[in-house]
Amino acid sequence: MVVSMSKRPVILDIDSLRVSLFTRRGVLPAVDGLSLTVAAGETVAIVGESGCGKSLTALAVMRLLPDPPARVVGGAVRFMGRDLAALSEREMQRVRGKDISMVFQDPMTSLNPVATVGDQLIEAIRWHDKVSRQEARTRAVELLRRVRIPDAERRLNDFPHQMSGGMSQRVMIAMAIACGPKLLIADEPTTALDVTIQAQILELMKELQANSGMGLIIITHDLGVVAETADRVVVMYAGRKVEDAPVEALFERPLHRYTRGLLGATPSANRRRGNRLAEIAGSVPALSELPRGCTFQNRCADASDRCRAEKPALTPLLPGRTAACFAAEEELSRHGIAVGP
Amino acid sequence: MRRIVLRRLAQIIPLVLAVIVLNFVLIHLAPGSLFDVMTSEQQITDPAMLDQLRHTYGVDQPTGVQLAKYIWSVMRLDLGFSYRQNAPVLDVIMDQLPATLILMLAAIAVALVIGMTAGVLASVRVNTIWDNLISLAAVFFFAAPSFWLGIMMVVLFSVKLGWFPVGGMRTIGVNNGVIGDALDVMHHLVLPATALGLFYAATYARVMRASMLEVFRLDFVRTARAKGLSRARVVLVHVMRNALLPIVTLLGLQLGTILGGSVVIESVFSWPGIGSLLFDSVMSRNFPMVLGVLVLGSLLVAVANAAVDLAYLRLDPRIRAR
Repeated sequence: MVVSMSKRPVILDIDSLRVSLFTRRGVLPAVDGLSLTVAAGETVAIVGESGCGKSLTALAVMRLLPDPPARVVGGAVRFMGRDLAALSEREMQRVRGKDISMVFQDPMTSLNPVATVGDQLIEAIRWHDKVSRQEARTRAVELLRRVRIPDAERRLNDFPHQMSGGMSQRVMIAMAIACGPKLLIADEPTTALDVTIQAQILELMKELQANSGMGLIIITHDLGVVAETADRVVVMYAGRKVEDAPVEALFERPLHRYTRGLLGATPSANRRRGNRLAEIAGSVPALSELPRGCTFQNRCADASDRCRAEKPALTPLLPGRTAACFAAEEELSRHGIAVGP
Repeated sequence: MRRIVLRRLAQIIPLVLAVIVLNFVLIHLAPGSLFDVMTSEQQITDPAMLDQLRHTYGVDQPTGVQLAKYIWSVMRLDLGFSYRQNAPVLDVIMDQLPATLILMLAAIAVALVIGMTAGVLASVRVNTIWDNLISLAAVFFFAAPSFWLGIMMVVLFSVKLGWFPVGGMRTIGVNNGVIGDALDVMHHLVLPATALGLFYAATYARVMRASMLEVFRLDFVRTARAKGLSRARVVLVHVMRNALLPIVTLLGLQLGTILGGSVVIESVFSWPGIGSLLFDSVMSRNFPMVLGVLVLGSLLVAVANAAVDLAYLRLDPRIRAR
């Protein structure tokens, strides 16, 4: 599966992206040298705790960073070979919603409360494709059917407050895929939804992706979501990518100590009763007081003097996967596993 | 929907009734009467004649009876008889009301257009020199009394520059047909409507700015941007529509004060509206006329407020659901 993925053309290439927050207390590195690629038809999950820079990464790709305080200070984002930073705002508007779409966390507040669902869908369609209102309406109904909203024709005249959270998120997805994007970024698409609805929404997105071959980035803090949807996982911690691996490999053998902690903190059905969830002790260091060396050192049981002195670089440790962890490196060499791609 | 409209209109009745009773009592508590004015002006000197007049106008009856009779006649759309103009009160008011309505509507239009434009501009260019200039202008026009503003505008635009007439509603002795007349009235309207409207424009500009900035932070604005919409479209279609609600509320609240403000402006620009009529009537103790103006004025404000509430229903679908 991983191998077949790599044959597909890369559509998004984020290369050492750096986003800083310009605050009164100084310039904070919110995203620090993040690189990742997404191929057509591939699903990449970005995982991490809140504040680790995953949403900022997505907004940086869309060039929708809230400025002030956030600004891209380095690196490049290439979409289908084009450097997005070099585009004019006008040209970027043609990319947003058309080539790259985004679905947000809270569907109840992400739709304009005073416009009907239909108007908002039709607006998205007609903004990018010059079609008649009537034709756009037909397409809007078709879109609502594709995201499995029953009674689509009538629902078009509903206002967002007349819909449930799950329905609203379906509308958001319909709006995002309205113009056939090549890349869909979903920022915590299921976090605000009931658990039963979460699975439906994820399944829907996977299905739409299978039909259209679009690339999909799912940003989440929920490893359950990752397991259900992703082909590849990027783990972020305090603004840096700490591990990048195919999903099965990651769950089977997490390399970075933080990833391990995350997996340990995830409830699962086959855990024995009374067995407490392991938590990661301590908390994420503030961006303003990142330590020298590894940013995870204060919460890591395996932290050595080297971890405290030197910042581990992302290293290809096993085929198809990288991690930035000295402890993992040492462990692998102890077990006689050759470190390398 | 129709039930809401009917219920809202029904609420006007007790309101107007209360206005009648309150004003009736207030006027009866005020010293002086028409007859004092008449005797002081030496129109009547014979005490027997005065008694007869008191009887004719029903002033010799107990206050309660007078009030009941007045309410009964208002219900039949009869506001009484004006002894000054020697004509029914309603006819006199209806003669002058259109001029006031035109002034009020023009002032509201000026206030909304200038205020909202300035507010949107300030919010889009927040914390820049534009924002500061607009805030400064808003404070100035909010603080400056409208009659003073009116006088200054007359000095500058009428006396010095000669662009607009000094006062009045029409050029006397000119007949240019309907269109010419309308243009003439509009020419006369510019200064008074601006003088009255700028005060309200100042509040609208401030409220609009704050309201826009609040909406800018909401999630759906980001969604609109993520759709690829231009900044202008996001601002004009998505943000403004949502930021409009406080303005509508404010407009409804201020309708009464705009009517009051127009009374002052009318006297500055000798605009022939009910403002000058009210003033004359108070001075001559022409109480049926005073009462009539107050009743019609309150009715106007009450109906306009109901209209604003209904506009609210149209603007915000969430209110309809409740």
